[in-house]
Amino acid sequence: MTTSSPSKVHIKTTINGQEHEILVPPYMSLLDTLRELIGLTGTKEGCLDGNCGACTVNLDGRIVDSCLVLGAEANGKEINTVEGMATPEGLHPLQQAFLEGAALQCGICTPGFLVAAKGLLDNEPSPSEGRIRHWLAGNLCRCTGYDKIVRAVQKAANS
Amino acid sequence: MVQTFEPKTDYKVVGTRPIRHDGYDKVTGRAIYGGDTKLPGLIWGVCVRSPHAHARIKSIDTSAAEAMDGVFAVITGADMPKAPSKLVDLGEGNVNFKWASNKLMAQDKVLYKGHPVAAIAAIDRYVGEEAARKVVVEYEILASVTNVEDALADDAPVILEDLVGDDLGEDVANTNMAEHIRHEFGDVQGAMASAAHTIEREYNMQMVHQGYIEPHNATAFWDEEDRIKIWTSTQGAFPARAQIAGILQVDVSRVKVTPMEIGGGFGGKIPVYFEPIAALLSKHSSRPVKMVMERTAVFETTGPTPGGKMKIKLGADANGKLTAAEADIWFEAGANPGAMIGPAAMCVYAPYEIPNTRIDGWDVVVNKPKTAPYRAPGSPQVAFAMESAVDELCEQAGWDSMEFRVNNSSREGTRRGDGVLFSKIGMEEVLEAAKDSDHWKSPLGDAPEGKTRGRGIASGYWFNIGLKSSANLAVNADGTVTLTEGSTDIGGSRASMAMHVAEVLGLQAHDVRPQVVDTESVGYTDVTGGSRTTYATGYACWIAANNLVDVLKERVGVLWDISPEDVDFNDGVFSSKAEAEKIIGFKDLAEKLADLGGPATSTGSVDLESAGDGFGMHIVDVEIDTATGKTDVIRYTAIQDVGTAIHPSYVEGQLQGGAVQGIGWALNEEYFMTDEGSMANSSFLDYRMPTILDLPMIETVLVEVPNPLHPYGVRGVGETPICPPIAAIANAIKDALGVRLYSTPMNAGSILEALK
Amino acid sequence: MHPFAYVAPGTVDEAVAVLNEHGDRARPLAGGTDLLVKARANVWELDAVVDIKNIPELMDLKVGNDGLSIGAGVPCYQVYENDTIAADYPGIVDGASIIGGIQVQSRAGLGGNLCNAAPSADGICPLIVHNAVAHIAGPNGTREVAVEDFCTGPSRTVLGQGELLVSISVPKPGDNFGAAYTRFIPRNEMDIAVAAVGVSVSLDSSGQNFESARIALASVGPTPILASAAGDSLAGKPVNEESIAAAAALAKEAATPITDMRGTVEQRKQLVEVLTARMINQAVERARG
Repeated sequence: MTTSSPSKVHIKTTINGQEHEILVPPYMSLLDTLRELIGLTGTKEGCLDGNCGACTVNLDGRIVDSCLVLGAEANGKEINTVEGMATPEGLHPLQQAFLEGAALQCGICTPGFLVAAKGLLDNEPSPSEGRIRHWLAGNLCRCTGYDKIVRAVQKAANS
Repeated sequence: MVQTFEPKTDYKVVGTRPIRHDGYDKVTGRAIYGGDTKLPGLIWGVCVRSPHAHARIKSIDTSAAEAMDGVFAVITGADMPKAPSKLVDLGEGNVNFKWASNKLMAQDKVLYKGHPVAAIAAIDRYVGEEAARKVVVEYEILASVTNVEDALADDAPVILEDLVGDDLGEDVANTNMAEHIRHEFGDVQGAMASAAHTIEREYNMQMVHQGYIEPHNATAFWDEEDRIKIWTSTQGAFPARAQIAGILQVDVSRVKVTPMEIGGGFGGKIPVYFEPIAALLSKHSSRPVKMVMERTAVFETTGPTPGGKMKIKLGADANGKLTAAEADIWFEAGANPGAMIGPAAMCVYAPYEIPNTRIDGWDVVVNKPKTAPYRAPGSPQVAFAMESAVDELCEQAGWDSMEFRVNNSSREGTRRGDGVLFSKIGMEEVLEAAKDSDHWKSPLGDAPEGKTRGRGIASGYWFNIGLKSSANLAVNADGTVTLTEGSTDIGGSRASMAMHVAEVLGLQAHDVRPQVVDTESVGYTDVTGGSRTTYATGYACWIAANNLVDVLKERVGVLWDISPEDVDFNDGVFSSKAEAEKIIGFKDLAEKLADLGGPATSTGSVDLESAGDGFGMHIVDVEIDTATGKTDVIRYTAIQDVGTAIHPSYVEGQLQGGAVQGIGWALNEEYFMTDEGSMANSSFLDYRMPTILDLPMIETVLVEVPNPLHPYGVRGVGETPICPPIAAIANAIKDALGVRLYSTPMNAGSILEALK
Repeated sequence: MHPFAYVAPGTVDEAVAVLNEHGDRARPLAGGTDLLVKARANVWELDAVVDIKNIPELMDLKVGNDGLSIGAGVPCYQVYENDTIAADYPGIVDGASIIGGIQVQSRAGLGGNLCNAAPSADGICPLIVHNAVAHIAGPNGTREVAVEDFCTGPSRTVLGQGELLVSISVPKPGDNFGAAYTRFIPRNEMDIAVAAVGVSVSLDSSGQNFESARIALASVGPTPILASAAGDSLAGKPVNEESIAAAAALAKEAATPITDMRGTVEQRKQLVEVLTARMINQAVERARG
């Protein structure tokens, strides 16, 4: 770039419970910030325009498309990604249910679905099938036809 | 002499549902997909793309881009090695290198909107994209054609000036018709003339895209020794290597392809797009270069499947037996030839026994991106036409369409439309299972006010392929076995490979550790596609496992000082034939191997000429709002002959995924072309694939008619499921509304039109 | 995408100053779900984005006896998860809950939806039929504009240089008021409307007759359309199939759709008629219930 490069933005943010202090280019998405600057590549790029949900992260308790959030906006916020779902004690029930129920084929949409579904179960422990489908409508999957994904979320909700 | 196998029933591992070996990495975000590749010094590559569907490049000025801070290299078509015309077999079609090279980076003409004309390597994607906007290209815009009719018109602009069309063996110049094929058997004219019932209809379909969620990507490093390393999401590292080497005009051994995890392909990630470009950018910048494709470019410049036109004519006798069939099929290939009319011809009549048949197919070049295989390429299209025509013929004659299919079912010995005779197939068993299914026996139910319901059925077929695969095994001291194989894993296949080995060796699935490896770590392996992976690579794994048993028998011979021929192996236990109590288990033997002759390893490879055909039938119930034309799928069942389901969960998953792609294709997906020849809806917003809210659960029925060509009876399963849905939905819409649609997508607007 | 600077002012005046300085090369950033898409597609070349989410007035959601005040940056989920709004303004919730999916609704808001001024916007018709007013601050002070007058063309609004939407106010509906909004989309979610209709009705105390009604249409003209003749036609009429059908036919006449990749003129007009009738019926049900 030429000399008029806009200044980077200094941010402090908590990602999966760990504090990070970094400089981000002002125009860089949160998705790229996570993948390129922080090194967390679990959150995926699918479309960069908010239509596939592969980039879903949890931002201050709400699920968002990180491709449509600026890294600069993460300042002072809490972000949770797929990498933060399991603990040393084990997988999150959703992760376990996805594995046992074969709810992934290529797996590229899986991080987005897991973070989105966790956003649902954290607030609504017993959603109906219709509620599950409505909540996850912003996450596209091309491999599974969604059947086993819905069943895995139902199983995790019941466990 | 092709080996055949008797079906087994006493499997220990086959048929179980272990957690896939790569599963933990994939649910935790650890798995490294192509776009996640990281290397020291990595920079980013971006393409400059044509805004026009057909134009001559008059000049390219890259100076402003080159002058930008953060730009490392800029290349244009002039930097592409000049490739000769040479065909390479990718396993699902051949590639001409001259055209393939031009497709990746236009050298004199752009042939489709988005066609790359230059590429830039920059410090990051943001700088790269800004630099791309500074490249100035002068075009002479040419007339473009984006459908088969316009492309075949007398005044159509010729897209490939050096294309010599093949019209039933005759050369044709100055044409967009790349090939015309014909298959004819029996006396079609005579049989049609004397048929008691005939039907003749035309069907039209729009182009659609595979729609995988992961965009194309490639990372490349061209080193000081002119060795080129590639990391990419590909459906076949070896075929990719051959394409890359061919386009770059280097020996195959100079290129190493490491397949990363891949986020869907369905055939669309068999061709390469960015790999050679990234390699050239690396050569010019001396840095590793990564490229990830924008979603718009995925739609506009990768390999969708042909739309086109089909005419079907059927003749049947008074007793409901098909006597004659004629098909004329025109498919749009995109900017290079290769619209899969051959496979379409193989599939169109496959579910039926018809004594007199004719098929004519035309492969037509148009100003659209070059089509690539999309899950049973050509078959969903002809299934839409044929299964709609069969249904309409039955309506016309007053026959039950399910019984008609039973009465005309193909079976062992039936001749396919291209002349091949079927071996042991499962169409009849599939029909039985369909009639016996809960869905078929359940009533449709009443629709709420303002809506109407309908039920439709349709059959589908894919021949499945075999081809080449390789596998290596090594025994670890703790009794586990390491498996390396070359089939990139799009849907859980590495687990099935491990299960083959575990079954032979009497181990648990998790005692076999599968890895998908690069082109320098295993023997040649063809694409993950063509529904060949579990069949052919599984077979190679089975061979390697049996070879390993032979090696281990030798070691047991050393242990007991007997000949290996006197050693038995059953259920994971080695025993002496002479002394029955003398036994040693696999794990115990593994511990001792170091002293019995060293590491125990084996390999296996196959080149399978034929595979087991896959037949399916789907049943769908729809509910339609007659005031708006909105169609909801309220119940869906996919029934298919899968041979033997190694891992039933992933087999079910193939049926469900293919069915849903077919549902999207039927109802809403299309390339909506502007008058200027570009795709208006090149985003996931307006290219409408089904969401989770658009579907019910997808029920599956796995029929198992074991394939005698595979040691465990495996038939390919991945492609057949996309073949029935489109016609099943067309037939259901007809049942619901009393009107039939002959074009896809069968969206709300089309339904409202049809209801007028 | 042109590399832009990021500014996060804490007051309306600061924001107005930055916007005024850059003119159309700076835009307010609320949810980002339209802005970042357009910046990436080079529809806009920006030198700066002005994050308004630290400005209290723009993030405030007030629910009171005299109505609602929705800050320009308040995301949709806060609107539809508010029990009072869900109970008293279901017509607005109809619109707020279908803009994109859950992820989009965590960030996108009615303010940004209004300023983006898409002809197909889902948040605007509900506001129009609730008589909502846009509150604007600029270099020359503050002003108010009725929401139905806010959009002047596709992606164009009345906002002048340096002007910023601060909030949207919605007067408290009277008794016997009901409103509803729906759109037709090819799938069940995640689509741009092919045609959409919002309706509000005020019934008399018997609930059998219309006192007044407002009908607004989306995706069938360059801006959302207040179909005055259609709404006015219900005034004083009995609530029956005949008057509803007549209003729906007038709504169809008010629609001026084009044919594009999402739908044809005929389809859109037919949908307007069908959806208007459905939404009048639903608004009546809500008014009575």
